[in-house]
Amino acid sequence: MWDLCTNALDTAQLRGASYCDARVMHLRQRDLTTKNGQVGTLSQSESIGIGIRVLANGAWGFASTDRLTREGVASCAAQAVSIAKASALAKRGDVVLAPEESYIDSWQSPFRKDPFEIPLERQLALLLAADDAMRRVKGITLTETDMQFRKIDSWFASSIGSCIHQRKVISGCGIAATSFQEEEIQKRSYPNSFGGQHSLQGYELIESLDLLRNAPIIAEEAAALHSASQCPEKTGTLILGASQLGLQIHESIGHPIELDRVLGQEANFAGTSFLTLDQLNRLQYASSIVNVVADARLDHGPGLGTFAYDDEGVPAQCTDIIKDGQFRGYLSNRETAHLVGLNRSSGTMRTESWNRLPIIRMTNVSLLPGSWDFADLIADTSDGILMETNRSWSIDDRRYQFQFSTEIGWEIKGGKKVRMLKNPSYSGITTEFWNSCDAICKLAHWTLWGTPNCGKGQPMQTMGTGHGASPARFRNVRIGTAFSNQ
Amino acid sequence: MKLSAKLRKSSPRNKASATELLPERELRRIVDTVIRLARPAGAEETEVHVDEVADSLTRFANNGIHQNVAEQGLTVSIRTVADGRTARATTNRTDEDSLLGAIQASLSLAHSQPKISNLLPMPGKQRYRRVNRFVKQTAALTAEDRARAVRSACDMAVKNGQIAAGIFASGQSQSAIGNSRGLFAAYRETHAEFSVTMQENPAASWAKANFADVRALEPQKLVERASEKAHLGVNARELPTGPYTVILEPAAVLDLVGFLFYDFAATALEDKRSCLNDRMGKPLFGRNISIFDDVYHPLQQGAPFDGEGVPRQRVLLVDHGVPKNLVYSRASAKKPRKSPTGHGFPLPNEYGEAPMNLVFGGGDSSLQKMIASTDRGLLVTRLWYIREVDPYDKVMTGMTRDGLFLVANGRVAGAARNFRFNQSLIEMLQNVELLGPAVRATGEEAFEMVVPAMKVRNFHFSEVTKF
Repeated sequence: MWDLCTNALDTAQLRGASYCDARVMHLRQRDLTTKNGQVGTLSQSESIGIGIRVLANGAWGFASTDRLTREGVASCAAQAVSIAKASALAKRGDVVLAPEESYIDSWQSPFRKDPFEIPLERQLALLLAADDAMRRVKGITLTETDMQFRKIDSWFASSIGSCIHQRKVISGCGIAATSFQEEEIQKRSYPNSFGGQHSLQGYELIESLDLLRNAPIIAEEAAALHSASQCPEKTGTLILGASQLGLQIHESIGHPIELDRVLGQEANFAGTSFLTLDQLNRLQYASSIVNVVADARLDHGPGLGTFAYDDEGVPAQCTDIIKDGQFRGYLSNRETAHLVGLNRSSGTMRTESWNRLPIIRMTNVSLLPGSWDFADLIADTSDGILMETNRSWSIDDRRYQFQFSTEIGWEIKGGKKVRMLKNPSYSGITTEFWNSCDAICKLAHWTLWGTPNCGKGQPMQTMGTGHGASPARFRNVRIGTAFSNQ
Repeated sequence: MKLSAKLRKSSPRNKASATELLPERELRRIVDTVIRLARPAGAEETEVHVDEVADSLTRFANNGIHQNVAEQGLTVSIRTVADGRTARATTNRTDEDSLLGAIQASLSLAHSQPKISNLLPMPGKQRYRRVNRFVKQTAALTAEDRARAVRSACDMAVKNGQIAAGIFASGQSQSAIGNSRGLFAAYRETHAEFSVTMQENPAASWAKANFADVRALEPQKLVERASEKAHLGVNARELPTGPYTVILEPAAVLDLVGFLFYDFAATALEDKRSCLNDRMGKPLFGRNISIFDDVYHPLQQGAPFDGEGVPRQRVLLVDHGVPKNLVYSRASAKKPRKSPTGHGFPLPNEYGEAPMNLVFGGGDSSLQKMIASTDRGLLVTRLWYIREVDPYDKVMTGMTRDGLFLVANGRVAGAARNFRFNQSLIEMLQNVELLGPAVRATGEEAFEMVVPAMKVRNFHFSEVTKF
């Protein structure tokens, strides 16, 4: 693979590139699903190719190919340089990169059990058993389960002398029970909705989830939701479960801190951000108990945003995003770091595959744990609603106004969960919401959730991001709006 | 080397031109090779998909190009059947060892599962209606061609004191499917897309088009339209939330009604997750709503066959407000004794099928006529981040974006701050007062479809944002 990279760099420089990097990636994926007791998807795929990024005449060009011959790679590199020269016809200024060391390294994400070595029969048997446990519950009309495994190798080389090989193993799994009764569809998922939990782990992740114990629980809840009371419409106290809070972090903190959005580079598609450059170190983003980091280091945990180096060869870092409620940092790359006064990228350039250009991405954007025990938090709440497991999510293109709904809610009265609520939803303005946070649960309740489906960029790329969160409480939140007209 | 030779041939002055696709006979050769290798490996039946893309995309922001990419790739996806079981493996290597490896992976996956009681034999040879959506002018577009168009857009932005961002993409793709029962089908198309956001602080507006033929794009007209609306959008005022009459431009209609497509899948009804459960054959929408799925419509794109190679049929889904028909894969058609409509996804999958080429019946009301007929309402350019809140009532939430305008006394009376909506699609399609001509619309939430602009009463806006 290194020969292919060297060939690409040599050709690009010969054609006039002032900087170039090449990345060969080999991606392997296995997908298993069941539905109503039968195997649904059963597939495996692999893809290998090279992406070549160059600077020529002060502008970027990128080309990719799966023709991994000497001629194919050289032609691709030449095409990248030609594209860069075409970019220069409409450039705004010359691209300047923040300095970075060169690295020669090899890294593999730790895992105990290679999911590709676990017999398929065993994997399917577990899914079918969970599926069966859900179907046994009266009122359940649809059961679904899924497992997904990925093994990604990347060989990155750049014209500043870096040669970095990384191997990542990613696992994911989830189950869901749906009930259709009397013109209403209700659904419960475990351990999270939209595919479950995903992390940079091996099959040990699947074994830790205890699907068989949780399958009947969520199925019972899905059926029971039909007779639950409608979530009221009001302004009040909200407690979010950890997985829902993870998505709240993703949408209302993770995206607005992406410096490419802030600088208008996503204005046509993903949108911009309310976090204009004048807000840095000035904005009271959240209440003083809120601390958020973007941490790609393994020390933070095996998240979907964990790696040793980003996809332009910058080592993984931990960046303060919100410190004691104050807005402190953006996600940057080598091209944009100097615009916020940094002399180095924060290491957040990531790509979906060999055929996509690396762009600024969330790593693990996490809310650090607080001090509350979850039972104490409930006991301390005289009147509120606990919402768990995302059902829908939406936020405006500058990341101010959001609305989320969850699969299930629980009314809290006098410090106790008193009844189940259906169709819960809440909405608000990002900074008002985060400034209303008055309690965050401790490390024992903290989970590094994986969001495997974050879309951004043109052409679209899907990326996995990590979000550590524990349950937290928010005051004076608008609740129930989504269903107020129905 | 083939690639560089073709680059020279297609554009002697320009090495940034697009890659050429393989000839159809090469796709057939790959299919035949897989089928030849699969039988001795233990496959009783074999199906092969070959997909190739050569795409380029020039991205601009802040009045300059900041990203500019090209990709070329080919995948071979193989489904085998053995002992009543089936599975799929995909590779992007076409040498015989790699193809054999994918065949063996597919067989290994297949053997790992219980026998599938209702697995159908693969279909035999089919007859296909020809569609021609490959335009050589689009395929020949170069990075320089795109850069020049972008330069013009940025120049206009500078001249108007605005900031331009967007994309100019072009490319070509082809798909072939073949199986061991003699079925073979191939399809190729080109695509060109221009999308622009013009920003005039604090406002922005947007325009986008997507066609097989790059000559239909007219980037400069899109830029002019977005520029005018961005200027109109400055000084937006906050309006009270509540129900409004809305005039939805085609992109806004598309991104909403696009969420209906899966509800017309027979499998979705069988799974009881469609909003059409218990509602087929009964009046559900207004009488002015008729919907077809029609891959052959002149404004549509896409292959005339489905994931098993079954020819796509034109299907009347909604007839004057009444849901009449569903789409069927071979598997979902069997139980209710229907004919497959050619809308199945590649097997194995749990979703069955879906109509991918929705065409709405249109009307004759221009946007101007809709505005002129409105005492008080809102003109909506596009919608954003639409998600399903309630799957049976089909309540959707999302935001307006890039141009929301108050209409008063038959005229556009200034810009409004963006709203969040929570709106049932069923109710919305009951409340359509006027329809424009159906056009090929493109947005960001749904794939391209043929839809009209709509004037809709009683559209629910629940909250307002800060811009």
